[in-house]
Amino acid sequence: MYRYDEFDHAFVNARVAQFRDQVERRLSGELAEDAFRPLRLMNGVYLQLHAYMLRVAIPYGTLNSKQMRMLAHIARKYDRGYGHFTTRQNIQYNWPKLSDTPDILAELATVEMHALQTSGNCIRNVTADHFAGAAQDEVADPRPYAEILRQWSSVHPEFSFLPRKFKIAVTGAERDRAAIQVHDIGLHLKKNEAGELGFAVYVGGGQGRTPMIAKKIKDFLPEEDLLSYITAIMRVYNLHGRRDNKYKARIKILVHETGTEELTRQVEAEFAELKNTELKLPEADVKAIAAYFAPPELPARAEGWASLAEWKKRDEEFARWVNNNVKPHKHPDYGMVTISLKPIGGIPGDATDAQMEAVADIAAEYAQDEIRISHEQNIVLPHVALADLEPVYRALVAAGLATANSNLITDIIACPGLDYCALANARSIPVAQEISSRFGAPERQEEIGELKIKISGCINACGHHHVGHIGLLGVEKKGAELYQITLGGSGDENTSIGEIIGRGFEPEKVTDAVETIVDTYLGLRLSKEETFLDAYRRVGPQPFKDALYGATAEAAE
Amino acid sequence: MADKVLTGNRLGDGIAVWLDAAGNWTENLQDALVARHAEAVQSLEEIGKRDFAANLVLDVNVIDVAEVNGKIRPLRLRERIRAEGPTMVYADGYKAADPDFIAA
Repeated sequence: MYRYDEFDHAFVNARVAQFRDQVERRLSGELAEDAFRPLRLMNGVYLQLHAYMLRVAIPYGTLNSKQMRMLAHIARKYDRGYGHFTTRQNIQYNWPKLSDTPDILAELATVEMHALQTSGNCIRNVTADHFAGAAQDEVADPRPYAEILRQWSSVHPEFSFLPRKFKIAVTGAERDRAAIQVHDIGLHLKKNEAGELGFAVYVGGGQGRTPMIAKKIKDFLPEEDLLSYITAIMRVYNLHGRRDNKYKARIKILVHETGTEELTRQVEAEFAELKNTELKLPEADVKAIAAYFAPPELPARAEGWASLAEWKKRDEEFARWVNNNVKPHKHPDYGMVTISLKPIGGIPGDATDAQMEAVADIAAEYAQDEIRISHEQNIVLPHVALADLEPVYRALVAAGLATANSNLITDIIACPGLDYCALANARSIPVAQEISSRFGAPERQEEIGELKIKISGCINACGHHHVGHIGLLGVEKKGAELYQITLGGSGDENTSIGEIIGRGFEPEKVTDAVETIVDTYLGLRLSKEETFLDAYRRVGPQPFKDALYGATAEAAE
Repeated sequence: MADKVLTGNRLGDGIAVWLDAAGNWTENLQDALVARHAEAVQSLEEIGKRDFAANLVLDVNVIDVAEVNGKIRPLRLRERIRAEGPTMVYADGYKAADPDFIAA
């Protein structure tokens, strides 16, 4: 993984010192809140319902065990013994004192971490496929490019005060696990016919109150032009993006209002000016960054095949966990392990300090010291020998981290919702907990198969409900919570925005409604191989509407 | 007019607090001073502005409450959750909010 050089260390330490001074001046009363607010936000410090919240960046979701231990240490020393992993591959602490935040940031800096650009109208943490560098279907590792973009965008003077926040995601495989089509810019790393690396470039995707699927404006951008082309897009956005209305300020609105053709023309015109300037990526620099992400040496461990078969035969629970949570690795003797942060009836994305320590221990001993955070709020160990799966599983069981539900109905994404968030209108976590408990039986989950439920507590859609196969959006109606259901969303290479199925459901009725939807699917699917999403795309919303509201009621609406 | 209390978040640690009768900011909603008429509400608003300007609290708001069985209960769910904390068990040593208090 990337290691800080002297410049990086000096830069991050200088920012910590600067923020320490700002916090001291705030606490002494020298700085008023209006002046301080933008400064704290630039350092990831929000104010939520109960306390401040600190969002720490995990660049493209990659970290090592030392960094994970630091996250555990911060949870223990400065918070209430846990942290919340987010849909942007970051971690949030819910109870830090403002007065402690400079110390927290100083401790993070010792392990090459920070909270810069985790808020504000700037380019945020660049996200990537959580299986990067390990997946069988990958053309190339997307993380070197995410790192190049991170370096380029960090305190970029031209792009620190954009009309609105800006999110970039990169994937290196045809199978999109980074949801690139619902980002401001989505980059699909691929090879052309000559075998050269480049990117398909998508612009103007996003969720929030106006969900939009990104438009592809370039089918193949040569690698060397990455920064000049992205700069061209940013310039067009910075110049023409709306600043008069916060709700229309994201680039998706600009793309929509300008039209893809005209916007592409503007980007290309900018690009023509920038193409062969200092923004051109020198091959040596790309190689130098890529070297940090060189795949670990993975010795042959062919003995794992026989052991694995034997272990699976002996232990049904272990077999279930392997079937659901371990995916094939590039190297046939290895697997990619998903550590579910979705215990049945638990809080999606939360991990205690002890669990973070356990993951660090396991990663150090069995997984080449590499850890990833997925945008689906789980942890991934990308390189685990099949021969080590059994001890890894035992260690996860001991830490309460062996839930065998990856990609199943209880692998729910949920934002913090009204239990924490100052923007929320309704709770997300208790709804996720109830659905998880209802469908928690392993046999039932497996019978249902792949089904992604995503829950947001307000229209800002941090819980990605628009791309949930079943999406739940919490709203406030007449002072009470109500949950609107969308069906058919998806955040992969065939991205779709879910359709609102009908009137919303009260908190005590929403789990029943989800169950009705699931039962309807089970009744109409052609075979077990037809997933919920495939079935929905085949039959459309009507059978689900009929089941939820009755055929007559729907006709009368 | 609904009864009202003054709330905010404490500067140093961000913890939710309410103004009590002695003019202090308390972590316990039940100790809050309840304003029952327009003049008292105006006074709360002025104290809120003053203490915000004095950098004691931020995100200061006057919120609607009702007294039910001798207990102060905010009318909005958001404010009930602010008063009681998250509604599920979220960490060792911390209780979930009282469901009866949270319920609509």
